[in-house]
Amino acid sequence: MARIRTTVDGLVYEDDVEPRMLLVQYLRERLGKTGTVIGCDTSNCGACTVHLDGLSVKSCSVLAVQANGSEVLTVEGLERDGQLHPVQQAFHDNHALQCGYCTPGMIMQSIDLLGDNPDPTEQEVREGIEGNLCRCTGYQNIVRAVQDAAQKMKPGATASQPASVAGGGA
Amino acid sequence: MKPFTYARPSEASEAVAALAADPDARFLAGGTNLLDHLKLGVVEPSQLVDVNRVTSTAIEDLPDGGLRIGAGVPNSDLAADPRVRERYPAVAAAILAGASGQLRNMASTGGNLLQRTRCVYFADPTTPCTKRDLSQGCSAREGWARYHAILGTAADGCIATHPSDLAVALVAVDAQVQVLGPDGARTIPIGELHRLPGDDPTRDTVLAHGDLITAVDLPAPTPAVRNSTYRKVRDRASYAFALVSAAVALEVRDGTVADVRIALGGVAHKPWRATVAEAALRGRPATDDEFRAAIAAELDAAEPVRSPLGGNTFKLPLVTGTVVSTLRGLAGGTA
Repeated sequence: MARIRTTVDGLVYEDDVEPRMLLVQYLRERLGKTGTVIGCDTSNCGACTVHLDGLSVKSCSVLAVQANGSEVLTVEGLERDGQLHPVQQAFHDNHALQCGYCTPGMIMQSIDLLGDNPDPTEQEVREGIEGNLCRCTGYQNIVRAVQDAAQKMKPGATASQPASVAGGGA
Repeated sequence: MKPFTYARPSEASEAVAALAADPDARFLAGGTNLLDHLKLGVVEPSQLVDVNRVTSTAIEDLPDGGLRIGAGVPNSDLAADPRVRERYPAVAAAILAGASGQLRNMASTGGNLLQRTRCVYFADPTTPCTKRDLSQGCSAREGWARYHAILGTAADGCIATHPSDLAVALVAVDAQVQVLGPDGARTIPIGELHRLPGDDPTRDTVLAHGDLITAVDLPAPTPAVRNSTYRKVRDRASYAFALVSAAVALEVRDGTVADVRIALGGVAHKPWRATVAEAALRGRPATDDEFRAAIAAELDAAEPVRSPLGGNTFKLPLVTGTVVSTLRGLAGGTA
Protein backbone atom coordinates (compact mmCIF):
# COMPACT_ATOMS: atom_id res chain seq x y z
CA MET A 1 0.00 0.00 0.00
CA ALA A 2 1.07 3.56 -0.60
CA ARG A 3 -0.06 6.64 1.30
CA ILE A 4 -1.42 9.45 -0.85
CA ARG A 5 -2.67 12.92 -0.01
CA THR A 6 -4.69 14.71 -2.67
CA THR A 7 -7.05 17.64 -2.92
CA VAL A 8 -10.13 16.62 -4.86
CA ASP A 9 -12.74 19.23 -5.75
CA GLY A 10 -11.40 21.43 -2.98
CA LEU A 11 -11.30 18.88 -0.17
CA VAL A 12 -8.15 17.18 1.13
CA TYR A 13 -8.14 13.37 1.28
CA GLU A 14 -5.53 11.01 2.71
CA ASP A 15 -5.70 7.34 1.90
CA ASP A 16 -3.70 4.16 1.62
CA VAL A 17 -4.04 2.77 -1.89
CA GLU A 18 -2.70 -0.15 -3.84
CA PRO A 19 -0.05 1.13 -6.27
CA ARG A 20 -2.00 -0.38 -9.17
CA MET A 21 -5.20 1.55 -8.35
CA LEU A 22 -6.13 3.90 -11.18
CA LEU A 23 -7.01 7.51 -10.38
CA VAL A 24 -10.49 6.99 -11.83
CA GLN A 25 -11.03 3.98 -9.56
CA TYR A 26 -9.90 6.02 -6.58
CA LEU A 27 -12.30 8.84 -7.44
CA ARG A 28 -15.27 6.57 -8.02
CA GLU A 29 -14.77 3.72 -5.58
CA ARG A 30 -13.06 5.44 -2.64
CA LEU A 31 -14.43 8.95 -2.83
CA GLY A 32 -17.79 8.11 -4.40
CA LYS A 33 -17.25 10.69 -7.13
CA THR A 34 -19.09 8.78 -9.82
CA GLY A 35 -19.53 11.88 -11.99
CA THR A 36 -16.25 10.87 -13.63
CA VAL A 37 -17.01 7.81 -15.73
CA ILE A 38 -14.96 4.98 -17.18
CA GLY A 39 -15.46 4.58 -20.91
CA CYS A 40 -12.79 2.56 -22.66
CA ASP A 41 -10.21 2.05 -19.89
CA THR A 42 -7.52 2.29 -22.60
CA SER A 43 -6.85 6.05 -22.75
CA ASN A 44 -8.73 6.36 -26.03
CA CYS A 45 -12.18 7.79 -25.35
CA GLY A 46 -11.57 10.61 -22.86
CA ALA A 47 -14.79 10.03 -20.89
CA CYS A 48 -12.75 9.87 -17.66
CA THR A 49 -11.03 13.26 -18.20
CA VAL A 50 -10.29 15.23 -15.03
CA HIS A 51 -7.85 18.05 -14.26
CA LEU A 52 -4.62 17.23 -12.46
CA ASP A 53 -2.97 20.41 -11.16
CA GLY A 54 -5.02 22.41 -13.65
CA LEU A 55 -4.35 20.32 -16.75
CA SER A 56 -6.64 17.76 -18.34
CA VAL A 57 -5.62 14.10 -18.08
CA LYS A 58 -7.32 10.77 -18.69
CA SER A 59 -7.85 9.41 -15.18
CA CYS A 60 -7.98 5.80 -16.43
CA SER A 61 -4.36 6.19 -17.48
CA VAL A 62 -3.03 7.79 -14.32
CA LEU A 63 -2.29 5.84 -11.17
CA ALA A 64 -3.75 7.20 -7.94
CA VAL A 65 -0.19 7.34 -6.56
CA GLN A 66 0.73 9.72 -9.39
CA ALA A 67 -1.83 12.19 -8.02
CA ASN A 68 -0.12 12.27 -4.61
CA GLY A 69 0.43 15.87 -3.57
CA SER A 70 -1.69 17.16 -6.43
CA GLU A 71 -5.01 18.89 -6.92
CA VAL A 72 -7.68 17.01 -8.82
CA LEU A 73 -10.75 18.69 -10.24
CA THR A 74 -13.64 16.55 -11.47
CA VAL A 75 -16.88 17.49 -13.17
CA GLU A 76 -18.47 17.36 -9.70
CA GLY A 77 -16.35 20.28 -8.53
CA LEU A 78 -17.33 22.74 -11.25
CA GLU A 79 -20.53 24.29 -9.96
CA ARG A 80 -20.37 27.25 -7.60
CA ASP A 81 -23.16 28.07 -5.15
CA GLY A 82 -25.65 26.01 -7.10
CA GLN A 83 -24.69 27.64 -10.43
CA LEU A 84 -23.35 25.51 -13.23
CA HIS A 85 -19.96 26.35 -14.71
CA PRO A 86 -20.44 28.32 -17.97
CA VAL A 87 -19.28 25.31 -19.98
CA GLN A 88 -21.78 23.05 -18.21
CA GLN A 89 -24.50 25.62 -18.82
CA ALA A 90 -23.55 25.89 -22.49
CA PHE A 91 -23.74 22.10 -22.90
CA HIS A 92 -27.23 22.25 -21.36
CA ASP A 93 -28.35 25.22 -23.45
CA ASN A 94 -27.08 23.75 -26.74
CA HIS A 95 -28.27 20.22 -26.07
CA ALA A 96 -24.67 19.09 -26.46
CA LEU A 97 -25.33 15.51 -25.52
CA GLN A 98 -27.30 12.51 -26.65
CA CYS A 99 -26.72 9.59 -24.28
CA GLY A 100 -24.53 11.81 -22.07
CA TYR A 101 -21.82 9.30 -21.31
CA CYS A 102 -19.01 11.34 -22.88
CA THR A 103 -20.29 14.59 -21.35
CA PRO A 104 -18.18 14.78 -18.15
CA GLY A 105 -14.99 14.24 -20.14
CA MET A 106 -16.07 16.58 -22.92
CA ILE A 107 -16.77 19.34 -20.39
CA MET A 108 -13.46 18.89 -18.57
CA GLN A 109 -11.48 18.86 -21.82
CA SER A 110 -13.38 21.88 -23.15
CA ILE A 111 -12.49 23.86 -20.02
CA ASP A 112 -8.82 22.94 -20.53
CA LEU A 113 -9.06 24.01 -24.17
CA LEU A 114 -10.66 27.37 -23.30
CA GLY A 115 -7.91 27.97 -20.73
CA ASP A 116 -5.34 27.79 -23.54
CA ASN A 117 -7.46 29.37 -26.25
CA PRO A 118 -10.35 31.53 -24.99
CA ASP A 119 -11.82 32.12 -28.46
CA PRO A 120 -11.32 28.99 -30.56
CA THR A 121 -12.51 28.56 -34.13
CA GLU A 122 -14.68 25.57 -34.96
CA GLN A 123 -11.59 23.75 -36.26
CA GLU A 124 -9.65 24.57 -33.10
CA VAL A 125 -12.48 23.20 -30.95
CA ARG A 126 -12.51 19.99 -32.99
CA GLU A 127 -8.74 19.65 -32.59
CA GLY A 128 -8.93 20.51 -28.90
CA ILE A 129 -11.38 17.69 -28.18
CA GLU A 130 -9.70 15.19 -30.52
CA GLY A 131 -9.05 12.90 -27.57
CA ASN A 132 -12.73 12.71 -26.59
CA LEU A 133 -15.03 10.36 -28.44
CA CYS A 134 -18.81 10.67 -28.61
CA ARG A 135 -20.17 7.31 -29.70
CA CYS A 136 -23.52 8.92 -30.50
CA THR A 137 -21.47 11.11 -32.90
CA GLY A 138 -23.16 14.19 -31.50
CA TYR A 139 -20.22 16.46 -32.16
CA GLN A 140 -22.09 19.29 -33.89
CA ASN A 141 -23.80 20.53 -30.75
CA ILE A 142 -20.75 19.84 -28.59
CA VAL A 143 -18.65 22.14 -30.79
CA ARG A 144 -21.44 24.74 -30.73
CA ALA A 145 -21.60 24.56 -26.94
CA VAL A 146 -17.85 25.10 -26.54
CA GLN A 147 -17.98 28.14 -28.82
CA ASP A 148 -21.06 29.43 -27.00
CA ALA A 149 -19.29 29.02 -23.66
CA ALA A 150 -16.28 30.89 -25.04
CA GLN A 151 -18.48 33.87 -25.91
CA LYS A 152 -20.17 33.85 -22.50
CA MET A 153 -16.84 33.60 -20.68
CA LYS A 154 -15.31 36.61 -22.48
CA PRO A 155 -14.43 39.54 -20.24
CA GLY A 156 -17.39 41.89 -20.25
CA ALA A 157 -19.89 39.26 -21.33
CA THR A 158 -23.11 39.34 -19.40
CA ALA A 159 -22.99 35.91 -17.86
CA SER A 160 -25.19 34.63 -15.09
CA GLN A 161 -22.03 34.17 -13.02
CA PRO A 162 -18.45 35.40 -13.07
CA ALA A 163 -16.51 33.66 -15.81
CA SER A 164 -13.88 31.39 -14.44
CA VAL A 165 -11.75 29.75 -17.09
CA ALA A 166 -9.33 26.94 -16.34
CA GLY A 167 -10.06 24.72 -13.44
CA GLY A 168 -13.34 26.34 -12.46
CA GLY A 169 -11.44 28.27 -9.81
CA ALA A 170 -10.35 25.23 -7.81
CA MET B 1 -3.36 -5.70 -13.63
CA LYS B 2 -0.85 -7.72 -11.60
CA PRO B 3 0.16 -6.15 -8.26
CA PHE B 4 3.48 -4.32 -8.03
CA THR B 5 5.27 -2.20 -5.49
CA TYR B 6 5.86 1.52 -5.92
CA ALA B 7 8.87 3.66 -5.08
CA ARG B 8 9.25 7.41 -5.31
CA PRO B 9 12.95 8.25 -4.96
CA SER B 10 14.11 11.84 -4.53
CA GLU B 11 17.39 11.55 -6.46
CA ALA B 12 17.99 10.30 -10.01
CA SER B 13 20.86 8.13 -8.79
CA GLU B 14 18.48 6.39 -6.34
CA ALA B 15 16.05 5.66 -9.16
CA VAL B 16 18.82 4.18 -11.29
CA ALA B 17 20.08 2.09 -8.38
CA ALA B 18 16.56 0.83 -7.65
CA LEU B 19 16.24 -0.48 -11.21
CA ALA B 20 19.76 -1.89 -11.26
CA ALA B 21 18.89 -3.91 -8.16
CA ASP B 22 15.67 -5.35 -9.61
CA PRO B 23 15.62 -6.77 -13.15
CA ASP B 24 11.80 -6.70 -13.19
CA ALA B 25 11.42 -3.07 -12.10
CA ARG B 26 10.40 -0.30 -14.52
CA PHE B 27 10.61 3.46 -14.49
CA LEU B 28 7.29 5.34 -14.37
CA ALA B 29 7.17 8.83 -15.88
CA GLY B 30 3.82 10.00 -17.34
CA GLY B 31 2.70 6.39 -17.62
CA THR B 32 0.48 7.03 -20.64
CA ASN B 33 1.91 4.07 -22.58
CA LEU B 34 3.06 1.93 -19.64
CA LEU B 35 -0.37 1.85 -17.99
CA ASP B 36 -1.96 0.49 -21.16
CA HIS B 37 0.66 -2.27 -21.19
CA LEU B 38 0.12 -3.06 -17.51
CA LYS B 39 -3.60 -3.51 -18.16
CA LEU B 40 -3.02 -5.64 -21.25
CA GLY B 41 -0.40 -7.81 -19.60
CA VAL B 42 2.27 -6.81 -22.12
CA VAL B 43 4.57 -6.04 -19.19
CA GLU B 44 4.28 -7.32 -15.62
CA PRO B 45 6.81 -5.43 -13.51
CA SER B 46 7.58 -6.24 -9.89
CA GLN B 47 8.05 -2.58 -9.06
CA LEU B 48 7.43 0.86 -10.55
CA VAL B 49 10.05 3.48 -9.78
CA ASP B 50 8.45 6.91 -10.19
CA VAL B 51 10.95 9.32 -11.78
CA ASN B 52 8.71 12.37 -11.71
CA ARG B 53 10.51 14.01 -8.82
CA VAL B 54 14.00 13.23 -10.16
CA THR B 55 13.84 14.48 -13.76
CA SER B 56 13.84 18.15 -14.66
CA THR B 57 10.71 19.82 -15.99
CA ALA B 58 12.66 22.86 -17.24
CA ILE B 59 13.69 23.92 -20.75
CA GLU B 60 17.01 25.77 -20.41
CA ASP B 61 19.08 27.80 -22.85
CA LEU B 62 22.47 26.29 -23.61
CA PRO B 63 25.52 28.58 -24.11
CA ASP B 64 25.83 27.57 -27.79
CA GLY B 65 22.30 28.74 -28.61
CA GLY B 66 20.73 25.33 -28.17
CA LEU B 67 18.18 24.14 -25.62
CA ARG B 68 18.28 21.52 -22.88
CA ILE B 69 14.90 19.86 -22.39
CA GLY B 70 14.50 18.13 -19.03
CA ALA B 71 13.28 14.55 -19.42
CA GLY B 72 10.27 15.37 -17.26
CA VAL B 73 9.04 18.24 -19.46
CA PRO B 74 5.46 17.39 -20.49
CA ASN B 75 4.87 17.13 -24.23
CA SER B 76 2.34 19.99 -24.04
CA ASP B 77 4.88 22.35 -22.43
CA LEU B 78 7.52 21.43 -25.01
CA ALA B 79 5.16 22.13 -27.92
CA ALA B 80 4.10 25.47 -26.40
CA ASP B 81 7.60 26.80 -25.64
CA PRO B 82 8.17 29.92 -27.79
CA ARG B 83 11.87 29.09 -28.26
CA VAL B 84 11.04 25.62 -29.55
CA ARG B 85 8.34 26.93 -31.85
CA GLU B 86 10.57 29.61 -33.32
CA ARG B 87 13.90 27.77 -33.60
CA TYR B 88 12.79 24.15 -34.07
CA PRO B 89 9.36 24.32 -35.73
CA ALA B 90 9.49 20.65 -36.75
CA VAL B 91 9.75 19.63 -33.08
CA ALA B 92 6.70 21.62 -31.97
CA ALA B 93 4.71 20.47 -35.01
CA ALA B 94 5.60 16.82 -34.41
CA ILE B 95 4.36 16.90 -30.82
CA LEU B 96 1.08 18.55 -31.76
CA ALA B 97 0.56 15.92 -34.47
CA GLY B 98 0.61 13.17 -31.84
CA ALA B 99 -1.85 11.86 -29.25
CA SER B 100 -4.41 14.27 -27.75
CA GLY B 101 -4.38 17.17 -25.31
CA GLN B 102 -4.87 14.99 -22.22
CA LEU B 103 -2.03 12.63 -23.15
CA ARG B 104 0.34 15.45 -24.08
CA ASN B 105 -0.32 17.01 -20.65
CA MET B 106 0.75 13.79 -18.94
CA ALA B 107 3.40 12.36 -21.29
CA SER B 108 7.02 13.27 -20.64
CA THR B 109 9.83 14.02 -23.07
CA GLY B 110 11.89 11.00 -22.01
CA GLY B 111 8.89 8.70 -21.96
CA ASN B 112 7.81 9.80 -25.43
CA LEU B 113 11.12 8.52 -26.83
CA LEU B 114 10.73 5.20 -25.01
CA GLN B 115 7.11 4.48 -25.93
CA ARG B 116 6.62 1.12 -27.58
CA THR B 117 5.28 0.15 -30.97
CA ARG B 118 1.54 0.24 -31.55
CA CYS B 119 1.69 -3.01 -33.59
CA VAL B 120 -1.61 -4.69 -32.73
CA TYR B 121 0.04 -8.09 -32.30
CA PHE B 122 2.61 -6.70 -29.86
CA ALA B 123 -0.21 -5.27 -27.72
CA ASP B 124 -2.17 -8.55 -27.70
CA PRO B 125 -0.50 -11.26 -25.61
CA THR B 126 -2.82 -13.88 -27.15
CA THR B 127 -1.08 -13.56 -30.53
CA PRO B 128 2.51 -14.59 -31.31
CA CYS B 129 4.96 -11.65 -31.40
CA THR B 130 8.72 -11.84 -31.70
CA LYS B 131 9.10 -8.41 -30.10
CA ARG B 132 7.43 -9.64 -26.89
CA ASP B 133 9.03 -13.07 -27.00
CA LEU B 134 12.02 -13.96 -29.16
CA SER B 135 10.94 -17.60 -29.32
CA GLN B 136 7.79 -16.62 -31.23
CA GLY B 137 7.29 -15.59 -34.86
CA CYS B 138 5.86 -12.35 -36.24
CA SER B 139 2.09 -12.31 -36.72
CA ALA B 140 2.09 -9.10 -38.74
CA ARG B 141 3.98 -10.56 -41.69
CA GLU B 142 0.98 -12.74 -42.54
CA GLY B 143 -1.54 -10.38 -40.97
CA TRP B 144 -2.45 -6.72 -40.69
CA ALA B 145 0.74 -4.96 -41.79
CA ARG B 146 -0.68 -1.61 -42.84
CA TYR B 147 1.24 0.34 -40.20
CA HIS B 148 4.43 -1.67 -40.49
CA ALA B 149 7.99 -1.18 -41.67
CA ILE B 150 9.38 -1.05 -45.19
CA LEU B 151 12.98 -0.11 -44.36
CA GLY B 152 15.63 -1.75 -42.18
CA THR B 153 13.79 -5.03 -41.82
CA ALA B 154 15.38 -8.48 -41.71
CA ALA B 155 13.95 -11.59 -43.40
CA ASP B 156 11.09 -13.06 -41.33
CA GLY B 157 11.92 -10.64 -38.49
CA CYS B 158 9.96 -7.99 -36.64
CA ILE B 159 8.34 -5.34 -38.85
CA ALA B 160 7.05 -3.09 -36.08
CA THR B 161 7.47 0.66 -36.46
CA HIS B 162 8.46 3.16 -33.78
CA PRO B 163 5.37 5.25 -32.98
CA SER B 164 6.86 8.52 -31.68
CA ASP B 165 6.35 11.67 -33.73
CA LEU B 166 8.68 13.67 -31.48
CA ALA B 167 11.57 11.24 -32.00
CA VAL B 168 11.38 11.68 -35.78
CA ALA B 169 11.71 15.45 -35.45
CA LEU B 170 14.54 15.11 -32.91
CA VAL B 171 16.43 12.88 -35.35
CA ALA B 172 16.10 15.56 -38.03
CA VAL B 173 17.56 18.24 -35.73
CA ASP B 174 20.40 16.01 -34.43
CA ALA B 175 19.37 16.07 -30.77
CA GLN B 176 21.62 14.55 -28.11
CA VAL B 177 20.14 12.35 -25.38
CA GLN B 178 21.57 12.64 -21.85
CA VAL B 179 21.46 9.34 -19.99
CA LEU B 180 22.27 8.40 -16.40
CA GLY B 181 23.06 4.73 -15.95
CA PRO B 182 24.40 2.46 -13.22
CA ASP B 183 27.94 3.31 -14.43
CA GLY B 184 27.43 7.07 -14.69
CA ALA B 185 26.28 9.64 -17.22
CA ARG B 186 26.74 9.55 -20.98
CA THR B 187 25.45 11.25 -24.13
CA ILE B 188 23.86 9.36 -27.02
CA PRO B 189 23.11 10.99 -30.40
CA ILE B 190 19.36 10.55 -30.94
CA GLY B 191 20.01 8.79 -34.24
CA GLU B 192 21.81 6.06 -32.32
CA LEU B 193 19.26 5.73 -29.48
CA HIS B 194 16.73 3.56 -31.29
CA ARG B 195 17.84 0.36 -33.00
CA LEU B 196 16.83 -1.75 -35.95
CA PRO B 197 15.31 -5.09 -34.93
CA GLY B 198 18.23 -7.25 -36.11
CA ASP B 199 18.34 -10.48 -34.14
CA ASP B 200 16.76 -8.98 -30.99
CA PRO B 201 13.55 -7.05 -31.70
CA THR B 202 12.67 -7.13 -27.98
CA ARG B 203 15.06 -4.18 -27.60
CA ASP B 204 13.81 -0.88 -29.03
CA THR B 205 16.84 1.16 -27.98
CA VAL B 206 20.50 0.79 -27.05
CA LEU B 207 19.66 1.65 -23.42
CA ALA B 208 20.43 -1.00 -20.79
CA HIS B 209 18.22 -1.83 -17.80
CA GLY B 210 18.57 1.02 -15.34
CA ASP B 211 19.54 3.67 -17.89
CA LEU B 212 17.45 6.79 -17.27
CA ILE B 213 17.03 9.55 -19.85
CA THR B 214 17.62 12.79 -17.92
CA ALA B 215 17.50 15.40 -20.71
CA VAL B 216 17.43 15.96 -24.45
CA ASP B 217 19.73 18.63 -25.89
CA LEU B 218 18.86 20.46 -29.09
CA PRO B 219 21.94 21.89 -30.81
CA ALA B 220 21.89 25.53 -31.94
CA PRO B 221 19.48 25.73 -34.86
CA THR B 222 20.95 25.96 -38.36
CA PRO B 223 19.13 27.96 -41.05
CA ALA B 224 17.68 24.68 -42.34
CA VAL B 225 16.38 23.69 -38.89
CA ARG B 226 14.74 27.10 -38.50
CA ASN B 227 13.01 26.32 -41.82
CA SER B 228 11.71 22.91 -40.80
CA THR B 229 8.35 21.23 -40.45
CA TYR B 230 6.69 17.91 -39.70
CA ARG B 231 4.12 16.28 -41.92
CA LYS B 232 2.11 13.29 -40.76
CA VAL B 233 -0.10 11.15 -43.00
CA ARG B 234 -2.65 8.91 -41.31
CA ASP B 235 -5.94 7.13 -41.85
CA ARG B 236 -7.96 9.98 -40.30
CA ALA B 237 -7.31 13.66 -39.78
CA SER B 238 -6.45 13.46 -36.09
CA TYR B 239 -5.73 11.17 -33.20
CA ALA B 240 -4.08 8.33 -35.13
CA PHE B 241 -0.57 7.02 -35.56
CA ALA B 242 1.41 7.78 -38.69
CA LEU B 243 1.21 5.63 -41.78
CA VAL B 244 4.11 7.79 -42.91
CA SER B 245 5.56 10.97 -41.48
CA ALA B 246 8.44 13.23 -42.38
CA ALA B 247 10.44 15.79 -40.41
CA VAL B 248 12.15 17.92 -43.02
CA ALA B 249 14.56 20.86 -42.73
CA LEU B 250 15.71 22.75 -45.81
CA GLU B 251 17.97 25.67 -46.68
CA VAL B 252 17.94 26.82 -50.29
CA ARG B 253 20.46 29.39 -51.59
CA ASP B 254 20.19 30.71 -55.15
CA GLY B 255 17.89 27.86 -56.10
CA THR B 256 20.35 25.24 -54.81
CA VAL B 257 19.95 22.96 -51.80
CA ALA B 258 22.54 24.22 -49.29
CA ASP B 259 21.43 22.01 -46.41
CA VAL B 260 18.72 19.40 -45.97
CA ARG B 261 17.61 16.99 -43.24
CA ILE B 262 14.98 14.32 -43.77
CA ALA B 263 13.77 11.93 -41.07
CA LEU B 264 10.93 9.51 -41.69
CA GLY B 265 8.41 7.99 -39.29
CA GLY B 266 6.13 5.00 -39.80
CA VAL B 267 8.61 3.24 -42.08
CA ALA B 268 11.06 1.45 -39.77
CA HIS B 269 11.76 0.04 -36.31
CA LYS B 270 13.45 3.38 -35.57
CA PRO B 271 13.02 6.94 -36.80
CA TRP B 272 14.66 6.71 -40.22
CA ARG B 273 17.19 9.37 -41.18
CA ALA B 274 17.13 9.47 -44.98
CA THR B 275 20.87 9.97 -45.41
CA VAL B 276 20.89 8.69 -48.99
CA ALA B 277 18.30 11.23 -50.06
CA GLU B 278 20.05 14.03 -48.15
CA ALA B 279 23.40 13.27 -49.84
CA ALA B 280 21.73 13.13 -53.24
CA LEU B 281 20.13 16.55 -52.72
CA ARG B 282 23.00 18.63 -51.32
CA GLY B 283 24.26 21.06 -53.93
CA ARG B 284 21.49 20.14 -56.38
CA PRO B 285 18.74 22.41 -57.72
CA ALA B 286 15.69 22.63 -55.44
CA THR B 287 13.24 21.19 -57.95
CA ASP B 288 10.55 18.52 -57.80
CA ASP B 289 12.53 16.28 -60.15
CA GLU B 290 15.57 16.37 -57.87
CA PHE B 291 13.41 15.82 -54.76
CA ARG B 292 11.74 12.84 -56.42
CA ALA B 293 15.02 11.29 -57.57
CA ALA B 294 16.55 11.69 -54.11
CA ILE B 295 13.74 9.95 -52.25
CA ALA B 296 13.64 7.24 -54.93
CA ALA B 297 17.31 6.54 -54.18
CA GLU B 298 16.48 6.28 -50.46
CA LEU B 299 13.66 3.83 -51.16
CA ASP B 300 15.83 1.55 -53.34
CA ALA B 301 16.45 -0.54 -50.23
CA ALA B 302 12.77 -0.70 -49.21
CA GLU B 303 11.13 -4.08 -48.72
CA PRO B 304 7.40 -3.60 -48.34
CA VAL B 305 5.29 -6.38 -46.86
CA ARG B 306 2.77 -8.22 -49.01
CA SER B 307 0.43 -9.93 -46.57
CA PRO B 308 -2.94 -11.64 -47.09
CA LEU B 309 -4.67 -8.95 -45.01
CA GLY B 310 -3.22 -6.11 -47.05
CA GLY B 311 0.44 -5.21 -47.00
CA ASN B 312 2.11 -1.85 -47.13
CA THR B 313 3.46 -1.41 -50.66
CA PHE B 314 1.32 1.74 -50.73
CA LYS B 315 3.92 3.34 -48.47
CA LEU B 316 6.41 3.69 -51.33
CA PRO B 317 4.40 6.30 -53.27
CA LEU B 318 3.12 7.73 -49.97
CA VAL B 319 6.66 8.41 -48.70
CA THR B 320 7.59 9.89 -52.07
CA GLY B 321 4.59 12.20 -52.21
CA THR B 322 4.94 13.26 -48.57
CA VAL B 323 8.64 14.11 -48.82
CA VAL B 324 8.44 15.81 -52.22
CA SER B 325 5.50 18.03 -51.25
CA THR B 326 7.08 18.90 -47.89
CA LEU B 327 10.40 19.85 -49.52
CA ARG B 328 8.52 21.89 -52.13
CA GLY B 329 6.65 23.77 -49.40
CA LEU B 330 9.86 24.53 -47.47
CA ALA B 331 11.53 25.68 -50.70
CA GLY B 332 8.80 28.28 -51.05
CA GLY B 333 6.47 26.46 -53.42
CA THR B 334 3.03 25.00 -52.87
CA ALA B 335 3.20 22.03 -50.50
